[in-house]
Amino acid sequence: MFIINCPYCGERDQQEFKAGGEAHIERPKQPTELSDDEWAEYLFMRKNIKGVQFERWNHAHGCRKWFNMVRDTSNDEIKLIYKMGEKPPVE
Amino acid sequence: MPENFRVKSSEFIDETNRISFKFNGKTYYGFRGDTLASALLANNVHLVGRSFKYHRPRGIMTSGSEEPNAIVQVNENTDTTEPNVRATEIEIYEGLEASSQNCWPNVNFDIGGINNLISPFLPAGFYYKTFMWPSSFWEKYEYFIRHSAGLGKSPKKKDPDIYDHRYVHCDVLVVGAGISGILAAKNAAKNNLKTLLVDEKNELGGSTLFQNEEFNKIENQSSSEWLKKQIQELKDLKNLEVKVRTSVAAYHGYNYLLARENLTDHLEKKDKQNKVRQRLLKIRAKKVILATGALERPLIFNNNDRPGIMLSSAVKKYADFYGVACGKKIVFFTNNDSAYESALCLHNKGIKVEAIIDIRENSDSKTVKSLEASGIKIHWSHTIVDTHGYKRLNNVSIMKLSKDGMTVTGKKIKISCDCLGMAGGWTPAVHLFTQSGGKLRFDEDNKVFLPSKYPSKQISVGSCSGDFKINSIIKNLDLNLKDFLEIKKTDFENIDVKCDSEKSKRNIWLLPSDKSIGKTKPFVDYQNDATAKDIKLALREGFRSIEHVKRYTTTGMGTDQGKLGNMHALGIIADTADVKMGELGTTTFRPPYTPLTFGTIVGRNVGEFFDIFRRTPMNDWHIEHKAEFENVGQWKRAWYYPVNGETMHEAVQRESKAARESAGILDASTLGKIDIQGSDSSEFLNRVYTNAWSKLAIGNCRYGLMLNEDGMVYDDGVTTRLGENHYIMTTTTGGAANVLGKLEDYLQTEWPELDVYLTSVTDHYATASVCGPNSKKILNKIVPDIELSDENFPHMSFKEAKIGNINCRIMRISFTGELSYEINVQASYGKSVWEKCIEAGKEFNITPYGTETMHLLRAEKGFIIVGQDTDGTMTPVDLQMDWIVSKKKYDFIGKRSLYRSDTMREDRKQLIGLLTDDPSIVLEEGAQIVSELNQNPIQMLGHVTSSYFSPNLNKSIALAVVKGGKDMLGKKLYIPMENKTINVTVSNPVFFDKENLRINA
Ligand SMILES: [Zn+2]
Repeated sequence: MFIINCPYCGERDQQEFKAGGEAHIERPKQPTELSDDEWAEYLFMRKNIKGVQFERWNHAHGCRKWFNMVRDTSNDEIKLIYKMGEKPPVE
Repeated sequence: MPENFRVKSSEFIDETNRISFKFNGKTYYGFRGDTLASALLANNVHLVGRSFKYHRPRGIMTSGSEEPNAIVQVNENTDTTEPNVRATEIEIYEGLEASSQNCWPNVNFDIGGINNLISPFLPAGFYYKTFMWPSSFWEKYEYFIRHSAGLGKSPKKKDPDIYDHRYVHCDVLVVGAGISGILAAKNAAKNNLKTLLVDEKNELGGSTLFQNEEFNKIENQSSSEWLKKQIQELKDLKNLEVKVRTSVAAYHGYNYLLARENLTDHLEKKDKQNKVRQRLLKIRAKKVILATGALERPLIFNNNDRPGIMLSSAVKKYADFYGVACGKKIVFFTNNDSAYESALCLHNKGIKVEAIIDIRENSDSKTVKSLEASGIKIHWSHTIVDTHGYKRLNNVSIMKLSKDGMTVTGKKIKISCDCLGMAGGWTPAVHLFTQSGGKLRFDEDNKVFLPSKYPSKQISVGSCSGDFKINSIIKNLDLNLKDFLEIKKTDFENIDVKCDSEKSKRNIWLLPSDKSIGKTKPFVDYQNDATAKDIKLALREGFRSIEHVKRYTTTGMGTDQGKLGNMHALGIIADTADVKMGELGTTTFRPPYTPLTFGTIVGRNVGEFFDIFRRTPMNDWHIEHKAEFENVGQWKRAWYYPVNGETMHEAVQRESKAARESAGILDASTLGKIDIQGSDSSEFLNRVYTNAWSKLAIGNCRYGLMLNEDGMVYDDGVTTRLGENHYIMTTTTGGAANVLGKLEDYLQTEWPELDVYLTSVTDHYATASVCGPNSKKILNKIVPDIELSDENFPHMSFKEAKIGNINCRIMRISFTGELSYEINVQASYGKSVWEKCIEAGKEFNITPYGTETMHLLRAEKGFIIVGQDTDGTMTPVDLQMDWIVSKKKYDFIGKRSLYRSDTMREDRKQLIGLLTDDPSIVLEEGAQIVSELNQNPIQMLGHVTSSYFSPNLNKSIALAVVKGGKDMLGKKLYIPMENKTINVTVSNPVFFDKENLRINA
């Protein structure tokens, strides 16, 4: 059970949060221009990394804000938390 | 007069406080301080249960939570009965009743014991292999297995006890109150760290309390005297909380631990009343110190499971702690010096130690020398090759071990005894460490797995980290504590510690016998009756992974989680497959470390506290009018209102007719309501709904369908434009929270440039929906100032109004197909406005109707319910709702997916209407639909999603999803049921008022 440092509220128990899948997958600006395969790539394809992964989290039972998290899935270490819209760190 | 097996009163046993208890129906006596196990042993009762597969007689083996055999049912046939409790952990109290499990008809004559005789036919994987074929016989096999196996009986009635949960936050949590844990907790607390010390036992101190006084000295006192002083000093520490009878069950990431605090199980019945029985502690610790100690290993030899065969440390503890002799003639079997300390302890108490059998060639430690001097016979380089005695051990046969330890030689010697103490060395209790994600390393020298990489702020200290001698424990503890707690000094640095040292080591995982292994029973997992033979068989059959061998042989899968025999299983696999133990790895130890009761897990969240529920402001009125309720999400919704003993069907038929013939009223307060404001609100709605919103005039309402990005229908509802930049959206009752979450997600992450603010106002408004041909007349009485003509207040429009002083929003929208008004008022006025509607509607026989009638009325109109007629795989096109999908809009959530090759398939399941050829037959929702009866296998085309008897059409109607259904209008289909096949015809899903005339009636 993680302790997550919400960028708006501070440290809170994981129970207050909801995981929202892989981060930095931008919704295409012009979906109708995309082929079936390109659209499927956006729609369905997600990484499931053993190791460092970029994730979206939501403080669902708190401020309801979404933010990004860099987490090592092999040991659940949270390496970094940053706000939506902020650039992901380079490895 | 039973023989007395009490040897010497112990300070932990109160001999003035005699307690009677029952075991298997017979009354026995013990003293306050006894466990059920110690009290039984004091009464010379060793046989306490039968093993799981072979039903072999089994006795008490250990003195702690690792006990595999002495598993009992407590207080059978009462509502507080509990199965699978370890007799070694039950503190006796007046009136305790316990009984053996897993034996029928009783422990002394067990019919399942026949399995023992036919055991050559019950090898590893027996159940898998035998009972899988033929599959049609499974029911018979299951009966046999359930009858003869099974661990205990679960209680039949509601648990009357009270359980609790508590959150605990501390700087330092210390698990285990042996010498390491006590010193660690004391020094943490002394350094202003808020500290919690827990131990599963009822006393602090661990095994050091009974260490040999001659060979273990701290500051020139016996180690036990010194430790007792340390325990005394704990009382004065302000920062320290000590909890005994508290077992840590799970160690999760980020130092989150769950512990069960046992509060009343040891109390007499009258003292248990109205008290919390067990409490689940949810501990969040900044730092964790594991001082969980080590578990003694048994030795694996032929017939090593008879009652009377115990762990050496347990034999010692029963004598030391409880003052109980486990036999009159005791033999120890060992591969290390610790058995000698046990033997000396017994000898000094006047209990006869017959002999010591040691697989080593010699040992010259002081302890061994001291024992030799007492005249007790030591058989060096010997092993036990067999044991005898069915319900109680009566002798052991020993032979000389070969140099390589693989075979035995020489003459067989029989030694008569009634108790055997096995000392196979020590296994550090690393269970919690590995649960936390810690990685182990194998210490080849000592044949133990030790903590290697810590995943969080924690350390393991004492014997769970591989320190078995008191001098190295204290030295390393001092260094580790300073470093880990970041403190300058401890109060025990530089103290003088003396203890005996052990040099001679020999380890043989599977000890040989003079018989071939096929003819022996060397048990590795006592609870699951897995023998070394089974493990070898699994390897012969090709299993290699330790996890697979474990499952195939069931080694380590019992309630004891293989605490005793796991290392031996690994050792035997490594030896047989010729791999290194370190490379083999170990199986995963999963929570809980010791079993938890369901009561502890759920705590107070039982009955009405199981989940929160929500009630509408009109709820009291529904109760006063005898409504039946249904759960919709967390809401309690009025389902139907039976009058004069009506059945549900009768009530719903009456309500449905009334709503269409005159007037009905529905409590629609549960619909999700989201207030949307901001200058980009219209654009936002354009993006989230399939239809266009820019041109919706202020004061008008529009129905919207919301998709997921995959094109599947997600939610629907009516949204009203209240102002230039102000909308109120309604969602389905069950979808409200998810819709808000989804909209927030898009706003925050995809479209942060939009100026839109969302607020959930579901609970802020109460909604009464008045429908039927007379609804306009009723409204006119309630809000006479509003001009209700179709011109001034048309369908799909909204007006603000006042009912007396109460502001309300009235939407003219309809989910029934009737002329209909939804009146929204501030929640606190909900009931009074509802009552006003009822009063005004009296002359029109206004009829309150519940969710069932609402569903029926909308089904007559072919309106879908998201979640009933859809299941996350239906597009608007599948629902024949193409009309609501804007072709002009460039984009909306899910639009692109409507043009994927898969969503455009013609043979997707599509929503249709179904009419039964016999109009009186009502279909079952979920029933499968086929077009050919004589196919094999028969092809399922779809299923019925909604089905009712329509009183307004006087026939049965149904909605269904059917492959290619769109083109099947008029086609005959079949619904095969268990006893009959129902003929149906595909129809338009709109059954009633196809021309939509009644909305403006
Ligand atoms: Zn927050």
